[in-house]
Amino acid sequence: MAQQWDPWREMEALRREIDRAFEQVGLRLPPLFRTAFLPGRAAREYPLANVYEDKDTVYVEALAPGLDPASLNVSVVRHSVTISGEKKGIPDSVKSDSVHREERAAGRFTRTLELPTEIDENKVRAEYKHGLLFLTLPKAEVAKPKQIAVQVG
Amino acid sequence: MAEKTVATTSGRQVASERERTRTQERYVSPPVDIYETPNELVLLADLPGVAPNDLEVRLEDDILTIRGRAAHLRADAPVYQEYELVNFFRQFELSEQIDQGKVSADLKHGVLTLHLPKTEKAKPRQIAVQVS
Repeated sequence: MAQQWDPWREMEALRREIDRAFEQVGLRLPPLFRTAFLPGRAAREYPLANVYEDKDTVYVEALAPGLDPASLNVSVVRHSVTISGEKKGIPDSVKSDSVHREERAAGRFTRTLELPTEIDENKVRAEYKHGLLFLTLPKAEVAKPKQIAVQVG
Repeated sequence: MAEKTVATTSGRQVASERERTRTQERYVSPPVDIYETPNELVLLADLPGVAPNDLEVRLEDDILTIRGRAAHLRADAPVYQEYELVNFFRQFELSEQIDQGKVSADLKHGVLTLHLPKTEKAKPRQIAVQVS
């Protein structure tokens, strides 16, 4: 008997063919690859941030190359951290007809991130390294879990 | 629905293909600004997460290659993730008007600045007009 037409299998075969086509031009991307990693020109949140957490501390790593360190401003209020600053583009002294390419986004930005716990505002540290802004945000005492000893009767 | 998730061997078989021993590295093109001054071309490239030791700028046969390995500042997995750092790769073909021996590079705050001086021949020369 002729094989039944199965749309799922057709789609799977198509997906594989597309994958293979991309593989040949060296663009193979795993399924969870996040493409949104560079500052774009669109009105989206900037800078992009990754949040890490361990027992006592929350860490924020923000993708922000080329910031003017003097303009960089980080402030923390309870649950939220606000990052603002300015990214410089082509100097104003350059005439527009001397510009060959202008792909990098530039300008002023501000972004507020909501954090999972309350932060001890006095112990926050900020570093700017290789174009990544790294914030170390120790959790507030009230937010830390308390270990309760179990009495065995 | 359940049986559709099971791979069946019936029907057409797809011939297996050659694979490479290494999985392919993934690269992205960094965004660049390029502008010109009377004496040089300046190239600015955003390379966040690239340490100076992990950046390779090579100039060979008029081809300028920028290759950088980007790394997160923490090794563990984030609890919330908006971006992933991927290695950077981009090439440009330079014209003969660039003095290729004098190219200088500087990486600061994740931005690569390349100064590409023009050759003496390519620099504009102002000629004073004598009014008699």
